[in-house]
Amino acid sequence: MSEHEMAYDRQGHPHPVPDFHDDYGGEKFGLWVFLMTEAMMFGALFLLFFINLYRHTGAFGAASADLNVWLGGTNTVILLVSTYTMGLATLMMRRGRTGASKRLLWGTAVMAAVFLGIKAFEWSVDIHHGIYPGSGILDARDDGTILFFGLYFVMTGLHGLHVIAGIALMAWVLLLIRSGGVRPDHTIVMKNVTLYWDFVHLVWIVLFPMFYMIGA
Amino acid sequence: MPSFYRETQTVFGTHRNPVLQWIFTTDHKRIALLYMGVMFPLFFLAVGAALTMRAELFFPGAQFLQAQTYNQLFTFHGVTMIFLFIVPGIAAALGNFVLPLQLGARDLSFPRLNLLSWWLYVIGVITALSSLVTGHGFADTGWTFYAPYSIRTDAHVLSTLSAAFILGLSSILTGLNFIVTIHRLRAPGMTFFKMPLFVWGLYATAWIQVLATPVVGITLLLVILERTLGVGIFDPTKGGDPILYEHLFWIYSHPAVYLMILPGFGIVSEVLPVFTRRTIFGYRSIAVSSASIAGIGYLVWGHHMFTSGMSDTARIVFSFLTFLVAIPTGVKIFDWVATLYKGSIVLATPMLWILGSIVNFTIGGLTGLTLGALGTDIHLHDTYFVVAHFHYTILGGVIFMFLGGLHYWYPKITGKRYDEIRGRIAFGLMFVGFNTLWFPMFIAGFLGNPRRYFDYLPPFTLYHQIAGVGAVLVALGLLTVLYNFYRGLRDGGEAGPNPWNATTLEWHIPSPPPLENFSKIPYVDFDPYEYENGEPVVQFDADFRRVR
Repeated sequence: MSEHEMAYDRQGHPHPVPDFHDDYGGEKFGLWVFLMTEAMMFGALFLLFFINLYRHTGAFGAASADLNVWLGGTNTVILLVSTYTMGLATLMMRRGRTGASKRLLWGTAVMAAVFLGIKAFEWSVDIHHGIYPGSGILDARDDGTILFFGLYFVMTGLHGLHVIAGIALMAWVLLLIRSGGVRPDHTIVMKNVTLYWDFVHLVWIVLFPMFYMIGA
Repeated sequence: MPSFYRETQTVFGTHRNPVLQWIFTTDHKRIALLYMGVMFPLFFLAVGAALTMRAELFFPGAQFLQAQTYNQLFTFHGVTMIFLFIVPGIAAALGNFVLPLQLGARDLSFPRLNLLSWWLYVIGVITALSSLVTGHGFADTGWTFYAPYSIRTDAHVLSTLSAAFILGLSSILTGLNFIVTIHRLRAPGMTFFKMPLFVWGLYATAWIQVLATPVVGITLLLVILERTLGVGIFDPTKGGDPILYEHLFWIYSHPAVYLMILPGFGIVSEVLPVFTRRTIFGYRSIAVSSASIAGIGYLVWGHHMFTSGMSDTARIVFSFLTFLVAIPTGVKIFDWVATLYKGSIVLATPMLWILGSIVNFTIGGLTGLTLGALGTDIHLHDTYFVVAHFHYTILGGVIFMFLGGLHYWYPKITGKRYDEIRGRIAFGLMFVGFNTLWFPMFIAGFLGNPRRYFDYLPPFTLYHQIAGVGAVLVALGLLTVLYNFYRGLRDGGEAGPNPWNATTLEWHIPSPPPLENFSKIPYVDFDPYEYENGEPVVQFDADFRRVR
């Protein structure tokens, strides 16, 4: 197949044929469609959260006060900065500054790991106090508290899985940079990872006030 | 050029072993056949489960099944037919094969993702079937997994739920692939309103797959977490709400029935113009109605829950929306009938299946309105009337359309022809058998026979026995189809590129198609179904330059 294959109409005019092997717009559009799926999945959980918030407003507020807003807030800042560095890494790649791009990518991955570390610390404190789904201590509390922490662990857990996937994707991009799969004139994989990472941070931007800031 | 059976591209380079060449192929046509290879054995397994139930129901009282075994049988039938067969169904099998051909493309946008979808599907199938031999036996919840029973039962629900989750992911990735392909890889000149209507059906389906499946995915995941960790979101003892489960489940599972039928509608719209030798009536209205069925169908899920506890306002709104979705469906039926008017109808086997499906689906659709009306639904809810309605739309509708499509594209897929007489006999057996099987169930349900019971009161005996006879005819019909296809493969004549005098692009290339379908890509400045005096208008030369 030649680089610019053409289809000819009856007048003999050429029209370019789309090539499925290397379709920049298609790959970008594909990721947007994937993000719609993700949005619907998290959307169902948000729906469950707000219905239960409406039903157990008092208990949700009290339970929210048990979470450490400073740790959550630190994590929010970390994710915000990490999306900035991720975007910057892609920009550097497009400008041909591969070294800077790699350093920024490394920085992003490290920040994501720190986020996970803080998250794990928060979880372990809760679990140490017997606050986890199915524990006797939690099940003895009122319905609203059980549901709040049930949703908290499910939603932050699912988000955490997305952060882990994000780190794996960044590592993959680093490998691709080494092998030439990502280069200044071919950044689509990196752009899509950036887009994905933006989505992951946006979910957290909504999760944070929902869980940490509704306390009295 | 050698056909795609002779050469292929795989994800890991070249293999000598033909099995590896198949299971790692990235060719959309081979992947379509891989899907069929797994789907159809499962279909016959689920048919077997249904026949076993029908045999048990031939007389009132217990014959040879325990009540619990019966519960597991109908769950197995439902889960297999829905999640393993008809949800991937037409889209993954025929859609995968035909979509790039009709668009004038060489493959889907993401061929490797397509292969991954199939692998996920296989993993899902294995996970689902594993519970047949492990734990306390197959799930006994029905295919709907209603909480809180699905949280409490001893049966092996976990693996079935995980399977449904994995299959959902597979379905989402297929949908994503189709959407991007339709947006990006249409042949030059082919605008959206020049696409064949099967593509329109797949397009609407793909959006449902992408936007509705994640909702049921997360819901089933929550039930899994409920059972393993005790999260409590659907568990009333912890303040959770089982009704919320029903809502979230049906937010997917109602659109899912449109996901099953929309590609079927597409097949009807392909077959009708070919076998009436005229342009389809109301092309645009059929295309747009596919999209609006997908859109409105998203908002009607509440009609499954009229008896579950909802405010009257919500029930009236859901009932109204349910009636609304009948309008685009009705538009389609009228368009199809208008296409037949003054056409030169050829009653070939594919056409028979499609005409039969229109009759069946009309009955199924209209009884759907009976159920969508609030008052009658209270009476008919959870009776055989609902089961009959569902089977009229899905078995009499979707499966008939699927079989019609298989008969229509069989020469393209295999390069061979099947025996027409045998094909017509198979259709006759199925059509008569199907109506004998399911029509009496409308009456039994209307008179109050509840669904999902392994026993019934003696006054209903006659209905169940008529249905039993119908079931045997259906089974014979299906076996005849199978035999006919097998004989066609073995000693059918060569089909040639265009045995039906059809117009869409796939009929302009050899049967079976070569590896990347088109040697040259045509420029498409014509409508998909243009006939003049019973002959296709558009013709190409060997270089895909239009000569007429």
